[in-house]
Amino acid sequence: MFEPILLRNVDVPDGHLLSTYEAGGGYQALAKALREHTPDEIIDLVKKSNLRGRGGAGFPTGAKWSFVPKRAGKPKYLCCNADEGEPGTFKDRIIMERDPHQLIEGMAISAYAIGAETAYVYIRGEYTLAICRLERAIAEAHAKGYLGTRILGSDFSFVVYIHCGAGAYICGEETAMLDSLEGKRAQPRLKPPFPAVEGLYASPTVINNVETLACVPHIVARGPDWFRSIGPDKSPGPKLYCLSGQVRKPGLYELPMGIPLRELVEDCAGGPLPGRKLKAVIPGGVSAPLIPERGMDVGMDFDSLAAAGSMLGSAGVIVIDDSTCIVKVATRIIEFFHHESCGKCTPCREGLNWVVKVMRRVEAGQGAPGDLEQLEALCKGIFGNTFCALGDGAAMGLRAALAHFEHEFVAHIEERRCPFH
Amino acid sequence: MNMREKIEAAAARYPDQRSAIMPALLIAQREHGHLPGPVLEEVADILGVERIWVYELATFYTLFHTEPVGMFHLQLCDNVSCMLCRSEDLLRHLEAVLGIKNGGTTPDGLFTLSTVECLGACEMAPVMQVGDDYHGDLDITRIDALLDRLRAAAEQVTGADLAAAALAGE
Repeated sequence: MFEPILLRNVDVPDGHLLSTYEAGGGYQALAKALREHTPDEIIDLVKKSNLRGRGGAGFPTGAKWSFVPKRAGKPKYLCCNADEGEPGTFKDRIIMERDPHQLIEGMAISAYAIGAETAYVYIRGEYTLAICRLERAIAEAHAKGYLGTRILGSDFSFVVYIHCGAGAYICGEETAMLDSLEGKRAQPRLKPPFPAVEGLYASPTVINNVETLACVPHIVARGPDWFRSIGPDKSPGPKLYCLSGQVRKPGLYELPMGIPLRELVEDCAGGPLPGRKLKAVIPGGVSAPLIPERGMDVGMDFDSLAAAGSMLGSAGVIVIDDSTCIVKVATRIIEFFHHESCGKCTPCREGLNWVVKVMRRVEAGQGAPGDLEQLEALCKGIFGNTFCALGDGAAMGLRAALAHFEHEFVAHIEERRCPFH
Repeated sequence: MNMREKIEAAAARYPDQRSAIMPALLIAQREHGHLPGPVLEEVADILGVERIWVYELATFYTLFHTEPVGMFHLQLCDNVSCMLCRSEDLLRHLEAVLGIKNGGTTPDGLFTLSTVECLGACEMAPVMQVGDDYHGDLDITRIDALLDRLRAAAEQVTGADLAAAALAGE
């Protein structure tokens, strides 16, 4: 039986208060890090743990930290990506609402490792309860000396500020987030330079997701070998899975990385609604290509899902049953990306505008022969030709829907109606 | 604290005043209900930044409203998880009982109805945000009960406040 690690406090009454967190051993990992380890040793521990970023890309966290120059001659920044805009994802919200100190402790240890004295938590503006709880937790941690000047008697000083987003999915893209933090419209930057070298205010900056940072205290407290013993060696650790859509028990589940998608949907979340059959699952937020029911034995980790032609992404698992039209789902996803395109580059801005028009007419039963070839041509024009991954995500998702459910698209065009209406 | 003091306190968190535009706009919007031109200019003046920088953020980010919204802004998620849980039925119902279309405001200034992208609360789909609060696991009965509660809350507000709110919402 897997014991929850990241979610161990979320159902505890007053789990968001410092007293509850301390009673469960909270901030002892920070004390241990400051007392027993140099910053480089912390980076080594995280490297050895094989922790990979939980925001979607799965980049090794320790390696990301090690790219920060040791002597930059400028302040260094830690940014926590709490924008959580990927449809189907709600894990970071729940951590911040119910166990915000876990995140603060993770940030403090991470900042110590990279030599940052300031962190900004970029939280989407809709998350008012999370913002309120985290603000209170920061004040509590300050009052107790876990944040502020010379933390726990060490010579490490560190402050955390909250920066509220204002409704733009693109801010989850790390360089767009930096532009947004600098008070600009959120648009991705060309890389290199990478943020580790030239990020916020052109200073060395590390951007980590909430869940990634929440793993850090546990790695310090229990060691990298313990962390690697959970799930696959190349993508280990506890993982938060967000289950939603047409499933009996939607909710947030914590299980090891690599658990089969089928087990997650059928055993944990209770399977499809009464009288319905599973049709497809989007495994990692709408940027992740859908997986048809027959592919659901895949393991939920970065490498297994990539090999299966999809991605773990944010682990926003959206369950779709046999009552649902895939063309309708795919159209809604494309409408989302079209709405959220920041407008910086032409293939995404114009291409998605065009894709939306074609998808809407196909779904409405007004598609023309040649529309599917047109969609593929548009995907080809977008994929790989944009500054950031927003356009890629849109193209990959649509291609998967076309590949696995071509018959539904064809039926819409031939019957001149949506067969599900 | 008045608006200027709140904005100045927020600005102290950043080495560059431009970074404070977003928090300043959120503060100003709480104060004024929405962000008309003179408010944007006041924000620019308080921070000492270019007005165009303020305008461009106010029009780029969807949570900023340069046009008035009702006292209660009903923001119904219709992204995939909520759509799969029949958010469309709720939209049709809300449009019918409020007598407005998606994007519209009731003539009494009480309700603005908007569909929004994913609110990050898919475990309680279908979900709607009203002001600071999330309302989840919605169905038509719960929507009706919520509207009743909101109308009752509006009636609690004194006549003067209501008039002021309706004025701000026009």
